[in-house]
Amino acid sequence: MYSEKVMDHFQNPRNMGEVEDPDGVGEVGNPQCGDVMRITIKVDDQERIEDIKFKTLGCGAAIATSSMVTEMAKGKTLGEAEEISKKMVADALGGLPPQKMHCSNLASDGLKKAIEDYRSRHGSS
Amino acid sequence: MKDPIFLDNAATTRTDPEVVEEMKPWFDERYGSPATLYAMGAEAKQAIEEARQRLADLIGADVKEIYFTSGATEANNWAIKGTAEALASKGKHIITTNAEHHALLMPCRHLEKNGWEVTYLPVDGEGLVTPEAVADAIRDDTVLVTMAHGNHEIGTIQPIAAIGAVTRERGVTFHVNAAQTVGHVPVDVAELECDLLSLSAHKFYGPKGVGALWMRRGVRTTPLLHGGGQERKRRPGTHNVPGIVGLGKAAQLARNRMQSEAKKLVELRDYLIEGIEKGLDDVRLNGSRSERLPNNVNFSIEGIEGESIMLSLSYPTAEGSRPVYVSTGSACVSGTLEPSHILLALGVPVEMAHGSVRLTLSHENTREECDYVLETLFEVVERLRSMSPVYKRGASKCATGNDNDGCDCEAAG
Ligand code: FES
Repeated sequence: MYSEKVMDHFQNPRNMGEVEDPDGVGEVGNPQCGDVMRITIKVDDQERIEDIKFKTLGCGAAIATSSMVTEMAKGKTLGEAEEISKKMVADALGGLPPQKMHCSNLASDGLKKAIEDYRSRHGSS
Repeated sequence: MKDPIFLDNAATTRTDPEVVEEMKPWFDERYGSPATLYAMGAEAKQAIEEARQRLADLIGADVKEIYFTSGATEANNWAIKGTAEALASKGKHIITTNAEHHALLMPCRHLEKNGWEVTYLPVDGEGLVTPEAVADAIRDDTVLVTMAHGNHEIGTIQPIAAIGAVTRERGVTFHVNAAQTVGHVPVDVAELECDLLSLSAHKFYGPKGVGALWMRRGVRTTPLLHGGGQERKRRPGTHNVPGIVGLGKAAQLARNRMQSEAKKLVELRDYLIEGIEKGLDDVRLNGSRSERLPNNVNFSIEGIEGESIMLSLSYPTAEGSRPVYVSTGSACVSGTLEPSHILLALGVPVEMAHGSVRLTLSHENTREECDYVLETLFEVVERLRSMSPVYKRGASKCATGNDNDGCDCEAAG
């Protein structure tokens, strides 16, 4: 029921773990089924995401979307990264089954939260 | 891909090759309808009657009390709605438990919407209800008590005979869904003191799409379906002859080998349970240790989610590895995004229900396969826990400051 891309990211997740001394942390929970995702980012002087990692407790789609969103965000400026929508993540994975679309919220929301956290710590807006 | 290891036998079993053999001629050689009088029909009639006898022998029933259906779901619907309708003038109260299969729960819910009242007795932490609780719940307007014999998810076996004694004494019809027990543990309708009993062939190495309702003579139920005069005018529709023949063969095989099979399965089951409890921290066995189906293992594994366990086991990446097929009660696979109501009924916390995995054995599984499954499961759990943002949070903050990837926090802490 999952695309090959989803299975690939589920089985070989990219950027799994925690960034050391993160500049921003985003943790979100999925109220619907109880899954949790945590994103940590390292941001350089140009406000680019230098490093990003995730940890996720959740279904196959939740893990794959987490992995994909880190891949998409890495190297982007904060402004660019904020533009990553749940739909973009799902599309990049070759689509998700309809009942799994909500899982990709987790990924884009986690990223946004990490960026917010960075901004609040660094006083920029 | 290497041979899969099938550990989802509570969902369905592999049709036994002997059963398949016996069914074959009834598709394209001897395809007459048992309802007709010419020779090809008469032999089909004889074949289904032989199957009926085999099933009757397995469950200690009278052949005249067995009605073939399309499976246990139909049998449950018939038993529950048919009894409710037939006895509506007597009362409209039904008793069941809060840990039932949807095939029993949903007919009850349907009746609830149509003016019946249903009491859902809470099961205890092991999934059991007591005869006393049933006795206390029976009222003057109670017309039916209905529940599973063996629970499909957690494997708990209810004290049906003792509950049957209560319903008998109080004059209330008692229906038992025996889909998980027939062919696996002794089921004798006289001993169980029930009035109606549902079963399904594919749960004990028979074909899918066929089952039966056993109905004690004199029990009042309205038919679910209306049509021709088949099954003593109580269950219309041209007989599924190959399926019924297959059900009969499966019943015959079960009668011969049930005892030795159960012994073997209990050994493998306990081997898996012990292996998991020794090999993994922070797990919980769901269901009862003693009152348990021979083939059921169900654990909650803290800090991870069931679908990801199931996917990891069924799509292994390592060269030469065997897929392992299991099931889970996680919210993420339920469609409704709610965790299994059965695990919640036991009092399992939502997070633990989330990480549940069910392994159900068949007589074809071996000790070597169990070793393989344990080893694979341990790897999968370790990997998923290393990805989990909540497992052992705080307790084992990485002391070395390394990436969690390469850091054995347990050792460091
Ligand atoms: S995270 Fe629960 S369904 Fe995907």
